[in-house]
Amino acid sequence: MEEKEYIASGILELYVAGVLSEQENQEVFAMVQKHAEIAKEVSEIEAAILKLTAATAPVSNSSFTSIKEKISSSNTAKPNVIPLARKATNWATYTGWAAAVILTGGLMWTMVQNNNLNTQLQSAELERQQLEEQIFKANTSLAETKKLNTTLRDKDILAVPLSGQAVSPDSYAKVYWDKNENQVYVDVQGLPKPPAGKVYQVWSLKLDPLTPTSIGILDQFNDDENKVFTLANSNDSEAFGITLEPEGGSESPTLEQLYTLGAVSAP
Amino acid sequence: MTFEESIILFQKKDVKAFEYLYNNYKKSLLGVIFTIVKNDTIAEEILQDVFIKAWNSADSYNSSKGRFFTWMLNISRNAAIDKTRSKNFKNSKKNQSVDKFVDVIETYDNLDTTTNSIGIKKFVDKLAEKCKEVINLLYFKGYTQKEVSETLKMPIGTVKTRNRNCINELRNIVLN
Repeated sequence: MEEKEYIASGILELYVAGVLSEQENQEVFAMVQKHAEIAKEVSEIEAAILKLTAATAPVSNSSFTSIKEKISSSNTAKPNVIPLARKATNWATYTGWAAAVILTGGLMWTMVQNNNLNTQLQSAELERQQLEEQIFKANTSLAETKKLNTTLRDKDILAVPLSGQAVSPDSYAKVYWDKNENQVYVDVQGLPKPPAGKVYQVWSLKLDPLTPTSIGILDQFNDDENKVFTLANSNDSEAFGITLEPEGGSESPTLEQLYTLGAVSAP
Repeated sequence: MTFEESIILFQKKDVKAFEYLYNNYKKSLLGVIFTIVKNDTIAEEILQDVFIKAWNSADSYNSSKGRFFTWMLNISRNAAIDKTRSKNFKNSKKNQSVDKFVDVIETYDNLDTTTNSIGIKKFVDKLAEKCKEVINLLYFKGYTQKEVSETLKMPIGTVKTRNRNCINELRNIVLN
């Protein structure tokens, strides 16, 4: 019964009278918040004092109107002071906003510039790569051509022209045979593009009796640009022939599809 | 609008809430001021000043430091006492006879002014003499517990319990 004791102490009456210390006031306030019974007690003490003090008031003809006038006039008096302060604030505000707008504009312009430069840089880089590739290709092709040239000019090389046969009279080819190295270079520039599913096959021939030996399939025909293929040939060839064969080549040449043929002339 | 709400609104400078509080307290505060200055015109002036002062310093009120009524009561008493100390006032002093709230109520009874006061007078007469004195000093004059103890020549602890009993009596009289 902590509350009952607290109420009976008489502190609440002094609280309403306003004679307690600040610390005591806060204690009472905390108790009022905590206990509904104490809060009720304080209200009743206050109500009694209100009634008693009101009974001592003389007949009053004052009303809230005059107070209202005074507090609203003190309120309207303030705006006379505020605008001056506002003007200064506004000026600063406008300057601030203007600076912000200019800064934003500048930033955006810089960003656009930066984007443009980046794009330009990217396309330049792409161009550079393409050029590099072209140079590389050109160099490679030049090297190949040089190599081919030296090979063909070698005095030990035997050139064998192959002429067109019944299937394709306009076709021609050349075989450069390096006997020392047991290699042949087949130039098939004069052959038509093989149809799909077919490949050219190069044969080394012995004439008496006729014995064909496959020395290679030109399955890279379409991909090779200078159309010169290097094949190994360790045969004692007397003639070379090129036939069109199904993909993967054949065991023996299909003579009906003999495109070119040429005999090795005696040295 | 509850009481607590109106005080919060008043602190936010809500004129309606302020008017509500004014109507609630003006009579009590006017009574307290009048018992001190003993002049109704001056009392009215002070009351108005008190409310304007309260409005202007609404921010400084804090419910954890005391009741709103108590806060207003303090402002009123201080304003009234300040007035009695001013030169102008001392020269124009009137109604020397009334010194206690009981005397004030007595005069009203004689003049037959407010019915409310008449009702109260009958009951206040029932209060013990010591009670009238304690209540007068604590609530109307704003004496501290120590000052009351010195004035009435009673131990400080007795002031507290005596006052408690007196207010209990008063509550029985005015609230029933």
